[in-house]
Amino acid sequence: MTHALNSRGSRRRQLAGMLYATPTAVIVGALFIAPLVLVVIMSLNKWPLLGSPTFNFPKNYQKITDDPLFMDAVWFTLKYTAIITVLLSALALGLALLVQDRRPGVGFFRTAFFLPGAVGFAAAALLFYGMLNNDFGPFGFLHVNWIGTPDMALFSTILLVLWRFAGFNMLILLTGLQSIPVDVYEAARTDGASRWQVFYRITLPLLRPTIALMLILSITGSLLAFDQFFIFTNGGPDNSTVSMVMVVYRNAFFRFDLGGAAALSMVLLIVLVALNAVQLRILRGPR
Amino acid sequence: MSKRLPAITAAALLAVTLAACGSGGSTGQSAQPAQSASGPVTVTMWTRAATQTQSQRLVDAYNASHKNQVKLTVIPTDNYQPRIAAAAGAKQLPDIFAADVIFVPNYTSQGLFLDITDRINKLPFKDSLAPSHMRLGTYEGKLYTLPHTLDLSVWFWNKDLYKKAGLDPEKGPTTLKEFAEQATAIQDKLGKDGKVHGTFFGGNCGGCYVFTFWPSVWAAGGQVMNQDGTESLVDKPPMTDVFAIYKTLYDKGVSGPTTKEEQGPTWTGFFPKGEIGVMPMPSTTLGLMPKGMDIGVTPIAGPDGGESTFVGGDSIGISSTTKNADAAWDFLSWTVSDEAQVEIMAKNKDVLARTDLANNKYSAEDPRVVLINSLVGKGQTPYALKFGQTFNDPQGPWLRLAREAVFGDPAKLTQLNEAVNQSLTQ
Repeated sequence: MTHALNSRGSRRRQLAGMLYATPTAVIVGALFIAPLVLVVIMSLNKWPLLGSPTFNFPKNYQKITDDPLFMDAVWFTLKYTAIITVLLSALALGLALLVQDRRPGVGFFRTAFFLPGAVGFAAAALLFYGMLNNDFGPFGFLHVNWIGTPDMALFSTILLVLWRFAGFNMLILLTGLQSIPVDVYEAARTDGASRWQVFYRITLPLLRPTIALMLILSITGSLLAFDQFFIFTNGGPDNSTVSMVMVVYRNAFFRFDLGGAAALSMVLLIVLVALNAVQLRILRGPR
Repeated sequence: MSKRLPAITAAALLAVTLAACGSGGSTGQSAQPAQSASGPVTVTMWTRAATQTQSQRLVDAYNASHKNQVKLTVIPTDNYQPRIAAAAGAKQLPDIFAADVIFVPNYTSQGLFLDITDRINKLPFKDSLAPSHMRLGTYEGKLYTLPHTLDLSVWFWNKDLYKKAGLDPEKGPTTLKEFAEQATAIQDKLGKDGKVHGTFFGGNCGGCYVFTFWPSVWAAGGQVMNQDGTESLVDKPPMTDVFAIYKTLYDKGVSGPTTKEEQGPTWTGFFPKGEIGVMPMPSTTLGLMPKGMDIGVTPIAGPDGGESTFVGGDSIGISSTTKNADAAWDFLSWTVSDEAQVEIMAKNKDVLARTDLANNKYSAEDPRVVLINSLVGKGQTPYALKFGQTFNDPQGPWLRLAREAVFGDPAKLTQLNEAVNQSLTQ
């Protein structure tokens, strides 16, 4: 009797659980699984804009390495990701440490640092394009060639990305900083730890999960970089700032090679999944 | 679970990116089902911002005088090709869409336009439709598009600056060498303050090079490609001679300092400010010049003479997925009628889509308009199936080549031209 009741109860719980999960499952299915399956199918076919596709596997994948633009884009995107991740993390951590304590006026600075994050990224890219334009922008008198050479174009883009994202990453770190119990700091101070020791031995280790989250967001976002290069530098000068997603976009919408673009997307997806798996393993550290 | 979370997050982010790319067209207007045969029909139309003014005038006049209505959507010029591609992939094309004439061969080969050979053949003025637009709208013997707007490249010179520099303000350049001499004179006499410059061109813009440099090649009797648009000739004279003249102008500082960075959106913005002596400009901007500015217009010439122009602009066709072909054709055929061409296009100083109307009651008012109209028959529109990805795309091979030729090392042209050839035949 009891047994029957239990099993009925657990079945009901199962049903309720499934009902609760259904909306999410439907959304994930429609917005993620279905497009993913479509991309896989597209990458196996020659896919015209109109008309029916023809199966051509593995041609779309074979030609990836023949495209010098994409191979250059891979290296450029990796370089950009490395630079951005280091600079962005350092800047965000610095800002978070500056505004972590409750002091008069700290609210103003927190808001000021975070505010650029409220600007749409495409709008921010356009804003910088106007601001750093020597003919129409306010800094024309400096005669700095902001996007004229490959190095300056990368430098200016990094400025843009730091301005736009430092505040957001600061916010992530701030939540982590504030979840560290005050007792731990007090205990350290009682033991006579220096400021540096407190930072190195307490703040950083306890911040580890938060830093991991920030790094994953930053690396994933940088590898998928598009807006900043598409709008701000337009891939130039001389294709020196072409990111991987820009090549995907170009193949799909300028060359109408939808199958080839899908194959590139698949490669990008696999790389991202692998990178994140490795990253999480390292950052989680020994248990 | 937690182990897989970042992977899933990453994958989801990518999927969202892809979904966002793919759904670009679904926000647009889809073809509406035809209403009852007697009732009025609303057809949807897309055009690019560059030729918005002309399209809007035509649509407004048509809507005011017809029961059927046209609903026009204007799309930013740089996004136009991706939007068409996304819409076509989702079978969400509008009933009618205009396209940069040089992209038309690609679109027709992809089957985006409806075959309107029989309808065009019934037009009494069929043989007077702008010849280069009609040639590019023909694919495998069938006709797909009508000329919509014409935009020709010409040289504009600023007569006030010519006067100040001691040049004859009524004598524009008749050869590319004279063009360079006059630009240099302006720079030497008036360029000290850094505001005024001899000339300007879009140095980081593939389409700008095509539009402004190629006519000098044609004027010299040369070609930039073979007839089929499969083999590039841009590493040979006269193209290399034209490159060399512009390279000298840039090296000597005669061309504005931002020439090398100009990506296209603002390349026509300096001349109306009165800062440039002489430069290639699109004819459609003549009507938009500041009132009171004294501007001379002359055909683009080769290094030693001749004259030619790039016959650009838009062609317009009916999408192959439309359900309103008859209503769409009613609008299309009206746009090339005498009434629309003279009372809307000519009245606003625009170049006409029909050569038989070149002399009309408005054209005589401005000799510059007569000159521009007369160039339609002399100019060229290059044909290549892979034009956009080769010459217009900022990541395409032509821009690399042109920049190397003008700002870098001309010795690399032969090698860079291989990439152009490859792109044309891919």
